[in-house]
Amino acid sequence: MDNPRVSTADPHPLIACHDCDLLQRAPAPQIGTSVCCRRCGARLYRMTRDGLDRCLAMTLAAGVLFIVANAFPIVTLELQGVRAATTLFGAVRALYAQHMELVAALVFFTTILVPALELLAMSWMLGPLKFGRVAPGLSLGYRWVRSARPWGMIEVFMLGVLVSLAKLSHLASVEPGVALWSFGALVMLLAAAASSFEPHELWARVDALAAEADPQPMRIA
Amino acid sequence: MSPAQPTAAQLGLLACDCCGLLSRRAPAGPQRLAAACPRCGAHLHSRKPHSIGRAWAYWIAAVVLYFPANLLPIMQTSSLFDSQRDTIMSGVIFLWNDGSWPLALLVFFASVVVPLLKLIALAYLLVTVQIGMSRRRHQRTRLYRMLEFVGRWSMLDIYVVTILVALVHLQSLAEIEAGPGAIAFGAVVVLTMLAAMSFDPRLIWDANPAQERQHA
Ligand SMILES: [Zn+2]
Ligand SMILES: [Zn+2]
Ligand SMILES: [Zn+2]
Repeated sequence: MDNPRVSTADPHPLIACHDCDLLQRAPAPQIGTSVCCRRCGARLYRMTRDGLDRCLAMTLAAGVLFIVANAFPIVTLELQGVRAATTLFGAVRALYAQHMELVAALVFFTTILVPALELLAMSWMLGPLKFGRVAPGLSLGYRWVRSARPWGMIEVFMLGVLVSLAKLSHLASVEPGVALWSFGALVMLLAAAASSFEPHELWARVDALAAEADPQPMRIA
Repeated sequence: MSPAQPTAAQLGLLACDCCGLLSRRAPAGPQRLAAACPRCGAHLHSRKPHSIGRAWAYWIAAVVLYFPANLLPIMQTSSLFDSQRDTIMSGVIFLWNDGSWPLALLVFFASVVVPLLKLIALAYLLVTVQIGMSRRRHQRTRLYRMLEFVGRWSMLDIYVVTILVALVHLQSLAEIEAGPGAIAFGAVVVLTMLAAMSFDPRLIWDANPAQERQHA
């Protein structure tokens, strides 16, 4: 059975725009430049210098911050001597306790589960790749990251925390906790990691490793 | 007619939605099995399957829930002296009257303007694709990219309610409870995101390719 894959050995491979489907030849890659669709202007890919390594470093750092951000209270509220503090998971549980199971599930999913699994999947893919190995289940992890990414909303949550602090600040005294700063740093790290993750580079490296392991090429074009 | 700018679909190629790899379309036969990307294993299709129908279904569900989301209270504040129910709009008005108008504008934009614009823009994209409009392709593609980008920020109010509910349970002094509007509102955000994800922007470029050159 012949493989339907279109050649990837070509120095100017054909690529199709994901937004308008136009076929075009990829120009010679230059580090630090983006390749955009000729017709609709969508960004097709970008060449970075060691983007995947930076992405891995930031993913690991983000993992540590994620743990800190979830382990400590985000804010402490004080009103006439009564104090209340909450962690992110505590907030989910408070919603659950009010029979807002659906909203609690939505918050848990978008701020804890998806970001945690995404960080795990990214480290799983990029860690072994750094040492020249393709992790088992890499393609599954990759597809998972691609479809889960829009649902991780830590940056929106961070803005929500700031808005609620502003709302509360004239009712009671609010004291930001360790987790709030961790969330702030986490938002920036996640944005930096996402911007240095270039699927094009990931697959170029995986393809190169596969070609090394199995010298007979599986291309027909 | 041979198009000056062929698309992958016109040449019988499939681009993987997930990793971008181009594959040849399997020969059309009696058993056209769903193909998988040879590199990442994702389901391959030239255009997202049933894009228009699925996007409309999510759109209709979102429109239906848009009303309870805005009319029902999203939270209820009870203190020693009174209790107050807040809808999304009354929360914005409260912030505005309170003098924190940058915050009021932010919440108004994220919770009221974005969901409404999203619904209108999605309907516009779907209708123009269905009637095969070939004008304003660039603008429509840009509109779609913007929709994908801003949609998530509507979750803002859900998170505000979450934090307020968790913090303000100072027994006798004050208590905040989430209201049914929050469920509907969360559902609207999720449904509009699903609708935008189901829509395939390549459909914008598929209509009347002959007219495309004079326009490009
Ligand atoms: Zn394009
Ligand atoms: Zn693929
Ligand atoms: Zn398909």
